[in-house]
Amino acid sequence: MKRYHAPVWDEPLIMDMGRPGRRGQLFPLEGADASLVPEALRRAAPPALPEVSEPDVLRHYLKLSQQVLGMIGISLFGTCTMKYNPRLNEAMAALPGIRDVHPQQSPETIQGLLDIVWRFDTMLRGLSGMDRFGFQAAGGADAAWTMACMARAYHASRGEAGQRTQMVTSIQSHPCNPATAATAGFEIITLPLGPNGYPTLESLKAAVSDRTALLMINNPDDMGIYNPEITEWVRIVHEAGGLAFYDHANFNGVMGKIRARELGFDACMFMLHKTFGVPKGGGGPAVGAFGCSQALAPFLPGPLVIQQGKGFALETPAHSIGRVREYMGNLHQVVKAYGWTRAMGAEGIREASDISVILNNYMETRLLKIPGVTKSHPHITGWRMEMTRYSLEGLFEATGVSVMDVQNRMADYGIDAFWLSHEPWIVPHPFTPEAGEAWSREDIDTWIDVLAKVVEESHADPEMVRSAPHAQAVRKLSDAVLDETGATTLRAFRAE
Amino acid sequence: MSNGTHPFMPNSPPALKAELLAELGLTDAEPLFAQIPEAHRFRGDLGQPPALADEVSLRRHLRSLIARNRSAEDTLCFLGGGIWPHHVPAVVDEIVGRSEFLTPVWGTPSSDFGRNQAWFEFTSQLGSLLEMPLVGLTVYSWGAALGHAARMAARITGRRTLLVPAALCPERRLVLEGYAASADPAAAITIIDMPMAQGRIDLAALPALLGRHVAAVYIENPNWLGRFETDAAAIAAQARAAGAETIIGVDPASLGLVASPAALGADIAIGSIQPLGIHMNAGGGLGGFIASSDDTAHAAEYPTLLNSIAETVDGRMSFGMMRFHQSSYGSREDGKDWTGNSTYLWAVAAAAYMALLGPQGFHDLGSAIIGRAHTAARTFAAVPGVKLRWADGFFKEFVLEYPGRSVTQVNAALLAHGVFGGLEIEPHAALWCVTEIHSADDIAAAAAALAEVLA
Repeated sequence: MKRYHAPVWDEPLIMDMGRPGRRGQLFPLEGADASLVPEALRRAAPPALPEVSEPDVLRHYLKLSQQVLGMIGISLFGTCTMKYNPRLNEAMAALPGIRDVHPQQSPETIQGLLDIVWRFDTMLRGLSGMDRFGFQAAGGADAAWTMACMARAYHASRGEAGQRTQMVTSIQSHPCNPATAATAGFEIITLPLGPNGYPTLESLKAAVSDRTALLMINNPDDMGIYNPEITEWVRIVHEAGGLAFYDHANFNGVMGKIRARELGFDACMFMLHKTFGVPKGGGGPAVGAFGCSQALAPFLPGPLVIQQGKGFALETPAHSIGRVREYMGNLHQVVKAYGWTRAMGAEGIREASDISVILNNYMETRLLKIPGVTKSHPHITGWRMEMTRYSLEGLFEATGVSVMDVQNRMADYGIDAFWLSHEPWIVPHPFTPEAGEAWSREDIDTWIDVLAKVVEESHADPEMVRSAPHAQAVRKLSDAVLDETGATTLRAFRAE
Repeated sequence: MSNGTHPFMPNSPPALKAELLAELGLTDAEPLFAQIPEAHRFRGDLGQPPALADEVSLRRHLRSLIARNRSAEDTLCFLGGGIWPHHVPAVVDEIVGRSEFLTPVWGTPSSDFGRNQAWFEFTSQLGSLLEMPLVGLTVYSWGAALGHAARMAARITGRRTLLVPAALCPERRLVLEGYAASADPAAAITIIDMPMAQGRIDLAALPALLGRHVAAVYIENPNWLGRFETDAAAIAAQARAAGAETIIGVDPASLGLVASPAALGADIAIGSIQPLGIHMNAGGGLGGFIASSDDTAHAAEYPTLLNSIAETVDGRMSFGMMRFHQSSYGSREDGKDWTGNSTYLWAVAAAAYMALLGPQGFHDLGSAIIGRAHTAARTFAAVPGVKLRWADGFFKEFVLEYPGRSVTQVNAALLAHGVFGGLEIEPHAALWCVTEIHSADDIAAAAAALAEVLA
């Protein structure tokens, strides 16, 4: 087993660094005049910020960066599709023609950008069968919010405002689906899972009525189970007058294999920071690319890129819901997604799906041989899709070592945290690795070997595993749950 | 793909892929997709353009597209209005380009330790600028922050009316309207405009709008028209007397000179972090913040993730998420609004930026901006055909009128002189933005261009 230890810098907080008088940045001061601030609005005391030199700031944050394991280790964080983020795309998006563009420059000055957006819209139409894409949503949850707002506007346009007040989803959907719909004012109906690993048609029929505004569903779910009745689901919802939204968070295993529109969906969402090679930034800036049918397109948030003569212009759809955030979206990330998708091509995209599903099932054959590891719905035999939900309940019962302990201990071998499960946990001690297409077989084998090793350690020395990690910059928190006692700023912490 | 091999996919060489398939007893991947009914399968053309799998070709292609854009680097940019051309220190670009910050998703408090410290340094330093103790991790944008803040205020007060300045950034207003509307009419937040006089809230008109139905009064300092809200403290006092929250939107670049939102009486402060070392990125540089006092009434309503300082089992400093249960990750639809992937990389950028500037840097930045903006406004006002709407009382943005000429026309002509003119806010009026990046020569060049265009 290869050894690993995170750098330990014991770096102080930047607010506790520096000496009075030091500067990290100067500004040209010709014409500077603080007295132009009206007297009533002048700041009483300078802000309590550190005084540090430029090299000190650089080295401080370089040290902090070294204390983040992430993709430098092996990260199989399920549902987030950890993949390679091509550095060419970073370099291209850092050109002034993207990075230093104001989004309200006149369209004639950003024809290259609009061309990229238009081309990528067309490519996503090809992958989904949808008629139109917009990129304003700043993440997957914002795309779900887009859908909730569009459903509100769509039903209102048909004279059904106040009548269609319910959103139907599955207990296995991402929390952003019920949360955004509830924020938009919908009542949430959550279907439990049936014996086949997805909710039964009967439960759906019982939930759907003339009050149904919308179905929000993913498929396959995070357990790697594909719902073969999904077209029937869409038909039932449509018959009741509702809309059907496909949360394509788990697209990696079905790229090129199915298309949301052909399955009957009115709209779908792709996460460019997951499936399309855009870096995650530790949680954004991200893009929830939102695609929909011709019937819904007039409600899209604007502005959208349209072809005009030989070039491109911007247009706000006729019944637009407005904005789900300002401007056209995180377009620098769309540029990167376009670069990734062009590099892959149709053949590469299909191949990536194949490899991600092959690797997941390869992992399963090895993981299930490890004592104490089981998978969800074990009675459902056959191949799973691009990820499988496992449980370490057996290990916990035998050793008292929890899934979180294992997560912490694996990090000691350079394996970044695996994903457990969204709330609520349906299987105890869940873990959900997703191999994707960008990790080598050797990486995957290492990951599995480390888990097997930690399971051995759990039997041999459970206390050592329970007290992990031991090879990180810091040990684990004394309290797993931080509530009212926390402090998000140093001023709050020191005031306590 | 070259003979089935792709550089992003280490298992793509056919022999290696065949090895993996053999482990599953297969020679082909197709049986792995047996869960999907054949009727669901798409077997047609995916409508993709030809692959550019080699970096040489892809680079040429992307460069040729991007070369058709103009930018604030090659054109004098006086556009602002919600995203602004500011200087981004080179050190900040280096830090956010680090793979460790750029590419990960989410680990454990120990394996993410460095990033969580950077986030805590972001919220702490921003808290110092705002003089507020509770700062959430970022949201998508200023508009999203306004939407969440309005909803927080509605939950805190049990009221459902929000007063906003009549002059409000149209982009921000559209975002707010989405957050305020509801499929349940009883849950919707009503937005009411406060009339303005001389580009500021008309204080005399406020008492008639306030009442026991008002959840919050939202003002900005400086506001959408660039003007300081000189009555901010009086407005906040009136709101408080009516039992309403005061939400103040601020420009963090101004806070080395300008009174903090806390000092003006804000209960909740919001704004954009884009001025703090983040490129405009064609709109991708946005990031919003929400801050407040840390009493339970406010803390319990945050929809954002809250990154808290914490202690390890051996008594060392670490960080972890506080009040996670109230987020949508913790409680699905029973959580506060929702959260998800946001703009957290930019929080790291802003942390480094605030540290680079320090107290004197923010003072100098603010002084440089306000001085240059006033110089520019005076210079432009001297151009025949230009009318400066308000000669003072602004920070970095001011309104120019072109009587008898449309902004569209003027901006089209300015472009030929290498100038992105101010943002159109009325058919004959534009909002010009001047920051620390604009030199005296830039201002003179823009004035000369305006003079030619309006001659």
